[in-house]
Amino acid sequence: MISAWSRTDGRKGIRNVVAVAYLVECAHHVARRIVDKSDDPDIQLIGFPGCYPNSYADKVMKAIATHPNVGGLVIISLGCESFNREGLAAAVAASGRPVETLVIQQNGGTASTIAAGLAAVARVKAIADAGPRIPMAPSELVIGTICGGSDGTSGITANPAVGRAFDRFVAEGATCIFEETGELVGCEAIMSDRAITPELGAELIASVEKAERYYTILGFGSFAPGNAEGGLTTQEEKSMGAYSKSGSSPISGIVKPGDVPPSPGLYMLDVVPDGEPRFGFPNISDNAEIVELIACGAHINLFTTGRGSVVGSAISPIIKICANPETARRLADDMDINAGRILEGAATIEEVGTEIYERTLAVAAGERSVSEELGHQEFILTYKSFEPVGPACLPRRQAA
Amino acid sequence: MTAILLHPNDNILVVTAAIAPGDAVPIDGVAVIVPMAVQVGHKIARRALSLGETVIKYGAPIGSMTAPAAAGDHVHLHNMKSDYIASHMRDTLERSSES
Repeated sequence: MISAWSRTDGRKGIRNVVAVAYLVECAHHVARRIVDKSDDPDIQLIGFPGCYPNSYADKVMKAIATHPNVGGLVIISLGCESFNREGLAAAVAASGRPVETLVIQQNGGTASTIAAGLAAVARVKAIADAGPRIPMAPSELVIGTICGGSDGTSGITANPAVGRAFDRFVAEGATCIFEETGELVGCEAIMSDRAITPELGAELIASVEKAERYYTILGFGSFAPGNAEGGLTTQEEKSMGAYSKSGSSPISGIVKPGDVPPSPGLYMLDVVPDGEPRFGFPNISDNAEIVELIACGAHINLFTTGRGSVVGSAISPIIKICANPETARRLADDMDINAGRILEGAATIEEVGTEIYERTLAVAAGERSVSEELGHQEFILTYKSFEPVGPACLPRRQAA
Repeated sequence: MTAILLHPNDNILVVTAAIAPGDAVPIDGVAVIVPMAVQVGHKIARRALSLGETVIKYGAPIGSMTAPAAAGDHVHLHNMKSDYIASHMRDTLERSSES
């Protein structure tokens, strides 16, 4: 049993982070200094760099600020940016969490806002730390998965091992989320067969076709030079490997960033914007996808890598699973689990799947993952635009 | 085992330990000489592949051949392509792979 933080919406947190959020790049330095000077791994920086309004960024920021792993929020605003700081503060207050807002233009500038921010963080943290604890079952976890720096080993070791762990979590009643429709190009037909309704299957195919069209217009697939150096030749080859992270459970629905799955099961997160391309690449780096998984309620994200990514994340721990045995040796200090042993005949996919399952429960119970220990707290949020998911995307909610 | 078959219908194998030029690699029980260095995670042809032939991995199509290959040859950007979206490389890597 996990000892979790109780939240008023009924969800439970495995961490109790005080987030310091800058609402425009102009407030980034002040917010970062407050976090640095606090020197506490559970006081973490999040933010949005743009001065123009964006309903997606507003939705994701509210979802992150009221995520079960967050105990309170300090908002750092320059003062003239478009981000609706009052709306954000109201959403956090309505969730029962402590929140304070500091406007640099009203607080005498950089030095005095940093000083005031440190005091605000201390007040918010004191309230957050006094919050009630409650037992949490593994079935109450929301677990995401992502791959980064994939190579030709990812799809035969770490990714199917995560799929085994996902199958076990879904069978036990937990909620699992996989994503990146751009990395499912070529898998749409086999994926649609796993949908719990034919209408959802059609939506899965449509979401991948949307991604293919979007990436084609931009001129690049979801494919990096390192993927090719690692032996992957084509987008659809990378996709087949990435897809195996989803395991073999039925697919219960499609969510978009900031949507929390309405019931347990396996969900696909559609990360590619709707409509004509407007703001650039769907996700400019892995952490943009991780932030979206967290905005959908993920307590923990399972990150597989072949070439060797070192990132972690603010708010929700990353568990790093290395697919390539050579990379696992080269970057040993950055990996939680070496799935490359499968390639060397030293472990089976089942055994590594069990190891991932057990490591996930240990990190949920409070053990720090490797990237947490190393201080990785990356966070990135940029411009996007989405339409709400259609009724066929969540068949169980429709039936309820 | 230096190269593994992921699915019975595949026409490529995935390399699991680095291959040096001239190494003999067992493919379907026959020792095949691989003429070039091939890194872990890369693909070699299970049998002769012709121009335009669909490449099968995990039992699924992953692209098509842009040049023929003999059994044991490295199968990668120089002789196959996506049937969806073109792959890209850093400029320096592109130049070195062309030379």
